Amino acid sequence: MAQSTPTGDNSLLQDSIPTRKIGWFERLLGPENYRILTGLLKTPASVIGFVLIGFFIIIALMAPLLAPPVTPNDPYRIPRDGFSSDPKPPGTEWKKNVMPLPFWWKTFVGTETMTHIMGTSEGQYDIFYGIIWGTRTAFKTGLVVTISTLLFGVIVGSISAYYGGIVDNIIMRIVDVLLILPGILAALILAAVLTPRIGKSLVPTMTALIAFGWMGYARIIRGDILSVKERDYVLAARVIGVKDNRILFRHIIPNAVFPTLVLASLAVGDVVLSFAALSFLGIGTEVGYADWGQVLSFARNWITSLDTYWYIVIWPGLTLVMFVMGWNLVGDALRDVLDPRMRGKT
Amino acid sequence: MTAQNNDVLLRVENLKMHFPIFRGVLRRQVGAVHAVDGVSFDVMRGETLGLVGESGCGKSTTGRTILQLYKATGGNVIFDGVDLVSLKAEEMRKTRRKIQMIFQDPYASLNPRMTVADIVAEPMVVHSVATGKEIKERVDYLLDVVNLNPAFASRYPHEFSGGQRQRIGIARALALQPSFIVCDEPISALDVSIQAQVVNLLEDLQKQFNLTYLFIAHDLSMVRHISKRVAVMYLGVIMELANRDDLYREPLHPYTQALLSAVPIPDPVADAQRKRVLLEGDVPSPVNPPSGCRFRTRCPIADKICAESRPDFREVKPGHFVACHMV
Repeated sequence: MAQSTPTGDNSLLQDSIPTRKIGWFERLLGPENYRILTGLLKTPASVIGFVLIGFFIIIALMAPLLAPPVTPNDPYRIPRDGFSSDPKPPGTEWKKNVMPLPFWWKTFVGTETMTHIMGTSEGQYDIFYGIIWGTRTAFKTGLVVTISTLLFGVIVGSISAYYGGIVDNIIMRIVDVLLILPGILAALILAAVLTPRIGKSLVPTMTALIAFGWMGYARIIRGDILSVKERDYVLAARVIGVKDNRILFRHIIPNAVFPTLVLASLAVGDVVLSFAALSFLGIGTEVGYADWGQVLSFARNWITSLDTYWYIVIWPGLTLVMFVMGWNLVGDALRDVLDPRMRGKT
Repeated sequence: MTAQNNDVLLRVENLKMHFPIFRGVLRRQVGAVHAVDGVSFDVMRGETLGLVGESGCGKSTTGRTILQLYKATGGNVIFDGVDLVSLKAEEMRKTRRKIQMIFQDPYASLNPRMTVADIVAEPMVVHSVATGKEIKERVDYLLDVVNLNPAFASRYPHEFSGGQRQRIGIARALALQPSFIVCDEPISALDVSIQAQVVNLLEDLQKQFNLTYLFIAHDLSMVRHISKRVAVMYLGVIMELANRDDLYREPLHPYTQALLSAVPIPDPVADAQRKRVLLEGDVPSPVNPPSGCRFRTRCPIADKICAESRPDFREVKPGHFVACHMV
């Protein structure tokens, strides 16, 4: 048998790396995550989604300028122009409780008298005001609920994956049971039970949505941790003698958490939709609080005569659709980018 | 053998690693994968012991069990006079300074979220052997030792080629100045042109730092090149262990003979003339290994006794151990 004698000049190893320039941002995110982000920014659908989300962020930030509050201490209260039950069409003059003229009014409307530009709902609530300030409510509830569910889910999922065995089994069976329940119905019941105890506010609904919303995150982070746990670099860390908690926080979680974070960032749309649904059913905030579900719920009694009172449904409905669509467009694009079969195409 | 070679650094005694198999709702244990089933060998200080065998024969598991990455089912691993199996977790963690490992897949063994500097520095950080500026100097030195440009220290692993990544892994293994390194197929995942470079680097480092290697591989030519002694594994058991030259010149175990005859000769004429030992069938499942000798189901010279009792691992000639009834 001939022996192959490896010959080699080790100085050849001192080679340079002629690769493309890599910016600090890509370094920070790592190659895979950077690919996901750039992929998103190259998909037209997700760009539209980002534009929509950005549009709503601007509205939320500029709410006091777009619709100056009538009651500055309680800006989320929708101003009422009287108490008559019949909705008034767009363009009706605002008589009582008049909103101060916003800066853009003269430029865009051309008059100095305040009107209900989107009309009023049942009970003379101004629809425009409700939508503008409802944007803030939407972001508030969406972000708080999403971040809370994310944190809770990540903690539970990490514990489950890290300890494994019986702990994992018990936690995952609880997750299974909770996942079987129809989420919105379970949240509805919990919110309905909580409301008389806590009082009418955003809290009961948000609590209910958190309580039944974390399971998905727990599942996903658990799966990713289980997969990362077996990677060679985690083994390498053990060989080096890295302590357990440092392995978990430095080697496992940073490599496992990104898909969950992405998922969470896109759940905001769904959370807002669920919140609006509960609000439409009359659960949660007190009557007159600026949130889109509430504005829509004013239309409940007029559902048979929408040919006349179209504006009480169209404006809040359209807003909700645009908002949720913004998040979903990004979400769909993300699913494509994350699909391994699409790798290299974006 | 020189006097230095009689100095045993690592002694593995009857090491067993059985992975339990659980089935059913109650997760009852229904069996075990006998990945390593009674392996014994010594590694002398400063030598390279090659460990060869087919895929799935338990080579890597042996290496990992020696490092206590798996809890051994039985046996002892005596390193420098200390039994690693009986050490407590924290004591073992401290002992890890002296025993390191180089991994097979350079693409999987480096944390993608850490820079090269962080990766190479981590062993020194967790064992608090250096601080601040010292660490940086030492990282630069280590990168230089493995022929990487220290200017690349702030880059991430994905920016490097396979051979370069493997050298980052080697730098990490060297960071704590270990005396023993388990090389778990360190070149199998590399391009052939890079393999020789990495093997040469490993040899240079061995001389420079007086390292002892357990070199796990399935490339017989490469093992022949780097090893002083070679152990041949089959289905969780060592079949033959001898000096490199003895083993390659005169393999005694029928399995070793078959294995060596499978090595291609880069000469068509000679290749056509030689007699090949061909084995029939597949490797039996390690869940239900054959009784007696593990190799008897495929052995060309198996007899009755082979099914009845397990052959001892005997010293047939000085320094040449074989586990076979027929030799």
